[in-house]
Amino acid sequence: MEPRITYGAFAYDVAHLLGGGVLALSFVLLYQRRVTAVINTYAMQAVVLAMAAAWQGLVQGAPHLYVTALIALAAKGIAIPLALHRIVRRLDIHRSVETALGIFPSMALGVALVALSILVVLPTTMESQALTREDLALALSVVLLGLLMMITRRTALTQVVGFMSLENGLILAAVGVAGMPLVVELSVAVLVMIAFIVFGVFFFRIRERFDSLDVSHLDRVGGAHR
Amino acid sequence: MAAMTLPGLALGGFALFVAALLLVGAAAVARPRFAALGALPLCAAGALLALAYLIGGAHPAAIAVPIGPPGVAMTLAIDGLSGFFLLLLLLAGAAASATALDDHQGEYAATAPFFPVFLGAMALTLLAADAFALVIGFELMSLASFALVLTHHRDEAVRTAALLYIGMAAIGAACLIPALALIAQAAPDLRFATLRAHPPEGWRAVAVLALVLVGAGSKAGLAPLHVWLPPAHSAAPGHVSALMSGAMTKVALYVLIRVLFDLCGPAQPMWWGLPLVLLGAAGAVLGGLRANMEGDIKAVLACSTVENIGLIAIGLGLALAARAVDLGQLAALAMAGALLHAMAHGMFKPLLFLCAGATQHGAGTRRLDRLGGLIHRMPVTTACVLVGGACLAGLPPSSGFAGEWTLFQAVLGAPRIGGIFLQTVISVTALLMALAVALAAAATVRLIGVAFLGRPRSPRAAAAVEAGLPARAGMIGLAAVSGLIGLFPGAVLALAGPAQHLLVGAAMEGRAGGLVIAPQADAPGYAAPAIAALLGLCGVLVAMAVRRYALANGAAGHRRGPAWDGGFGAAPAWLPFGDPLTQYGGASFAQPLRRSLGTTLLAARESVFMPEPGDTRPARLEVALHDPADTHLFQPAARARDALSGLADRMQFLTIRRTLSLMFIALVLFLAVVAAMEQM
Repeated sequence: MEPRITYGAFAYDVAHLLGGGVLALSFVLLYQRRVTAVINTYAMQAVVLAMAAAWQGLVQGAPHLYVTALIALAAKGIAIPLALHRIVRRLDIHRSVETALGIFPSMALGVALVALSILVVLPTTMESQALTREDLALALSVVLLGLLMMITRRTALTQVVGFMSLENGLILAAVGVAGMPLVVELSVAVLVMIAFIVFGVFFFRIRERFDSLDVSHLDRVGGAHR
Repeated sequence: MAAMTLPGLALGGFALFVAALLLVGAAAVARPRFAALGALPLCAAGALLALAYLIGGAHPAAIAVPIGPPGVAMTLAIDGLSGFFLLLLLLAGAAASATALDDHQGEYAATAPFFPVFLGAMALTLLAADAFALVIGFELMSLASFALVLTHHRDEAVRTAALLYIGMAAIGAACLIPALALIAQAAPDLRFATLRAHPPEGWRAVAVLALVLVGAGSKAGLAPLHVWLPPAHSAAPGHVSALMSGAMTKVALYVLIRVLFDLCGPAQPMWWGLPLVLLGAAGAVLGGLRANMEGDIKAVLACSTVENIGLIAIGLGLALAARAVDLGQLAALAMAGALLHAMAHGMFKPLLFLCAGATQHGAGTRRLDRLGGLIHRMPVTTACVLVGGACLAGLPPSSGFAGEWTLFQAVLGAPRIGGIFLQTVISVTALLMALAVALAAAATVRLIGVAFLGRPRSPRAAAAVEAGLPARAGMIGLAAVSGLIGLFPGAVLALAGPAQHLLVGAAMEGRAGGLVIAPQADAPGYAAPAIAALLGLCGVLVAMAVRRYALANGAAGHRRGPAWDGGFGAAPAWLPFGDPLTQYGGASFAQPLRRSLGTTLLAARESVFMPEPGDTRPARLEVALHDPADTHLFQPAARARDALSGLADRMQFLTIRRTLSLMFIALVLFLAVVAAMEQM
């Protein structure tokens, strides 16, 4: 397959911009303290992801990527954030402030992780197209930042948002590679939906029991202490 | 034609011998007495076969036996080296089986089936000609001897000793199997003939050396992995510890020799011999010193095994180093010393252990401070102990002297091998060897003087009974063989000739005759029969002189006077054998050495418990000893293991976030390693 997108072309720049946008929103997610802001940022990330997928569908001439973009927009850009807002209101935590990592440490860690993923991905994919390589590096950074968010956050809700942001990174990687079948993206999307439902039920159970979403309460009853 | 078929016949005979021993083991499950009854004729016939094979020139032979993993036949082979060690094993095995015939009303019945299996496994290890058969034989030997150590399993100390023993065996297996795997890495199959063609090189060779030193060295009792010997040898019955100390440690040395000299090829660097020399010297001194401190006669003998294995290891290390720098004559001399001393020790140590077993049964205890005066009640055992003790102390013309003399000649010739560094090491080694041999002599004097001479220290020792006929036959047989080796060491070296040609490419041609062995072909040497004759003549002359003097002074014949009582007065009437506290005991005899060398080497501490006036408890002198291998190697290792398992245990109780963090850190580390590898 001859490379249709080369460095310096307009298509490349837009793809790069949209991928960079997903990554930038991951950084924003890292240090948001308000729960509602976290959800909104997540929604924005999903919208940018949908745009990236649609753009890839356009430049690769792959119509199934439009379906991916539609799923991303509808499920992750609209449905899940709405449901999360609803949960937050029902649990009455929309005003709560959560101590995450400070801005400077989270930025520093995030930049280090991005540097690491560029160091890993660029040399291993020497033979691939330039776009694929950069896209993979961005996607791996998003995955790592999602993981970092999961471990720096205290409440179950923000951890789930971190998990879903991690999944956004996987979709970003999938749409960047030409020829990835739709079924992969669909199955990942279904997985996230199921996980979301499970976590939704889980939130209410935790809340019922402990009056908080702080997962450190779980450690005490989970047999985690001798 | 007969000469051509003899090796094949011998190999077939030994293969059948192993199978027959395993069958005897199975039969002994139903009738425990079959174990010793079956093993004795098999070992005797096998020893004769091994002798015939060695005298017949020891031409190598190999057969494939269709047993083993699917599609792979097990290869058995015999050559000069395995034939020499088979002879050693089967002579010791015959004596031990003879002693085991008297099983003291079923005392050994519970573990009797393992006895022939133990013998068979050792023979299988010696016959193995592929890595698989070697490991099977070696591990079967470990397991069978573990079961035999557990014979008196109701005793807590026995169970502890057996646990230590099986732990060391597991460590040995965990090192020996990877060592063989590393050698076999470049070879298409596991047969020794193939492995020889693909010797390990570079870091693999170094890893093989280290792993074999631990894997086979732990079984041989090479310092600092010798800690299991004193407890395990004390725990096992006499005939078992005789085999473990005399034969099993030699089988481990055989594995060491087979791997380092044979399979790794002659193209290894000179420094390969150094670890063996250094560990051997350390073990010799440590074993010799501990032999002076132990209060249990079997523990004394086990420590002396550590000392003798150290001496043999020095010889092996020198042979390895000399071979690497093409000093064939010196390598042959060092190898001759190692093999001769291995054979000598393989005879006199089982002899002493059989005597210790007889003492335990006859006098009811192995504790030095409860024995004494056994020479009157157990004359045959004491005579055998004196023969074995002469070997242990290295007195001419005993077999121990012949072996140690040859080893010393090799050490004294060894500075030719290398530069100033090696010469320094060898000078120090020579000093340590001399110290070790002197310590062994002191330990022998203590052992015989306290346990067999003097007056009984307990009523049970005063009523000791002589060993039964089978045990006496086994002891006398071994004593006779030891005497023959001492008188004709050249004959043993002739039997070891094929092995030496195989290992170092040269033997003792022109240097070891029937009557004289010499370090160089035209140099003066050691003529054992002449020395024996001279010593005998001196003894007769002294006896005659004493008799003449006594007669000249008017004394008719001899008379008995009161025993010297250490300056004390006559013992009270209720102590008909004198007050046992007024004669030297094991601990008091050891005190000078304990204070001079023991405080630094063994961290010996004495404390006196003096009760208050009016207190009826006796005053006590408490002595505490710590083996440096235990304090500096095993206890830190045990602490590290506990700390690690504590850490691993904590992993199970992490919080959700910490578990996630662990995964995250692992992932980031993995990516960092990938990135770093790509940069290179």
